[in-house]
Amino acid sequence: MLEVEICQMKMKNPTLLAAGVLGSTASSLNWAARSGVGAVVTKSFGLEPNKGYPNPTIAAVEGGIINAIGLSNPGVEIFRDELYHLDGTVPTIASIYGSTPEEFSEIASRIERFADALELNVSCPHAMEGYGAFIGQNPDLTMEIVKTVKKAVKIPVIVKLTPNVTDITEIARSAEQGGCDALTLINSLGPGMRIELETAKPVLSNLYGGMSGPAIKPVALRCVFQVFKEVKVPIMGVGGITNYADAVEFIYAGAKCVQIGTVVMYRGLEVFREICIGIERFMKEKGHASVEEMVGLAHE
Amino acid sequence: MHFPNVVKIKRIIEETPTVKTFIFPWKIKEEIPGQFIMLWNFQDEKPMSISVLDPVNDEMGLSIKRVGPFTNAVHRLKEGDQLGLRGPYGRGFQISGSKILAVGGGVGMAPIAPLVEEAIRRGLEVDLITAAATRDEILFQDRLETSGANVLPTTDDGSHGFCGFATELAEELLSKAVYDMMVCCGPEIMMKKLFDLSERFQLPAQFSLERWMKCALGLCGQCCMDDVGWRVCVEGPVFCGHELRLISEFGLYHRDAAGTKHHF
Repeated sequence: MLEVEICQMKMKNPTLLAAGVLGSTASSLNWAARSGVGAVVTKSFGLEPNKGYPNPTIAAVEGGIINAIGLSNPGVEIFRDELYHLDGTVPTIASIYGSTPEEFSEIASRIERFADALELNVSCPHAMEGYGAFIGQNPDLTMEIVKTVKKAVKIPVIVKLTPNVTDITEIARSAEQGGCDALTLINSLGPGMRIELETAKPVLSNLYGGMSGPAIKPVALRCVFQVFKEVKVPIMGVGGITNYADAVEFIYAGAKCVQIGTVVMYRGLEVFREICIGIERFMKEKGHASVEEMVGLAHE
Repeated sequence: MHFPNVVKIKRIIEETPTVKTFIFPWKIKEEIPGQFIMLWNFQDEKPMSISVLDPVNDEMGLSIKRVGPFTNAVHRLKEGDQLGLRGPYGRGFQISGSKILAVGGGVGMAPIAPLVEEAIRRGLEVDLITAAATRDEILFQDRLETSGANVLPTTDDGSHGFCGFATELAEELLSKAVYDMMVCCGPEIMMKKLFDLSERFQLPAQFSLERWMKCALGLCGQCCMDDVGWRVCVEGPVFCGHELRLISEFGLYHRDAAGTKHHF
């Protein structure tokens, strides 16, 4: 009943572990897989090892957190070894980042054999200059990167977009024209910041950090709804999902599946099972026979 | 919660030439021995075990050894200076049984000290091995003797107490007496040996582990351990012996800020 297929990946349910939450080792991805996710997205990795920003890298805000981890990762060579150690019980999407089309396609071709699909991170709001949202705010560069990666690999290519643009549909169309197989909407919001009162100091070492958690859900939902009308490729919805009702909202807005992240901090990996049970109960109540038939119902 | 609480250092205790205890005004609510605090010095933020829990006087303390730029900077601070504290985080020690063996190696004594005090308060009998390389570095001997523990100092060079490693004394004690539980914190190589002893003597045991930490909220994945994936910041830092059997990297390697493996 919960099965969905996206980018030729057969998922037992429409939930995915979102990029950047756990996911930097085979161990944590396998753990997520055993906790009932439909598929996993790895933490983003690049060509070379990157320590990320110094701590503090995280701070609470009303309705979630802001983070500036700074794309820390051990580099593609070590990450390939982690991917090799995956149990393979659920599909794996490898999230990758770079600054140029060549950098993206080099990483992509080096890990193609070890992942079911790629998710291009052109949307991290706290990345180093030239990376992340610096790319995703530029439609032409986004299209060029998608084109280059598509040429380099055979596995499906998903593009994760930033909401921090004037018109997200413009970027979505560019990614689609570049040939992407699906879109993930949205990366964290902002960036935002927090200042400590006693010392008048910004808390994050990077000053600014991407906002995630329940507070960003309405923005994410709007992005999915808006983009659904403009593109043909399937959409993975992500942003502030904490329960089954949030997940259904995203599916009704046009998402074929949902990625879940920050709520793991409140409820642990158990949350995936809870959400799946909730969706299934809801579908029975409403008489939906498949997730597929629920996608985009809010548009009818 | 999840935001630094900036407080002034109330008192600084010079414990050894390299370890200072910083006492903060703190309303103790759910804090238990074995939990940790993310300590922010306005440059960087690191996890530190709680070493003093005093609900009567509303005080909490962190015992910090000078080992690098962060801890050196903290050591230069004076009473009245500010630090940011976020937490408590993690799963602490569980006190059970009626006779326990506690083992702390070096600054690993930090979480062991309040655990021993709490166990004694509850009427347990405690044998404590406080181990260091040399006499000057022995931590909390007077404090824990005062609390009523049977304190057994151990030095590598024999300058004070038992001459040898904590693990050697532990083995001797385990062969002679029956304990209900062992609790340990210290260098991972030491804990690996203590774990092997706990398996050999079939003794329930708890170990406080350390890994590179960023968020402390169970999100960033930095402190996940192979092969089970458990997070030191949430499922730990205290793990039971039977859980350690599933942690294949225990005693072998850890990962740095980028996630690159380093062998012990």
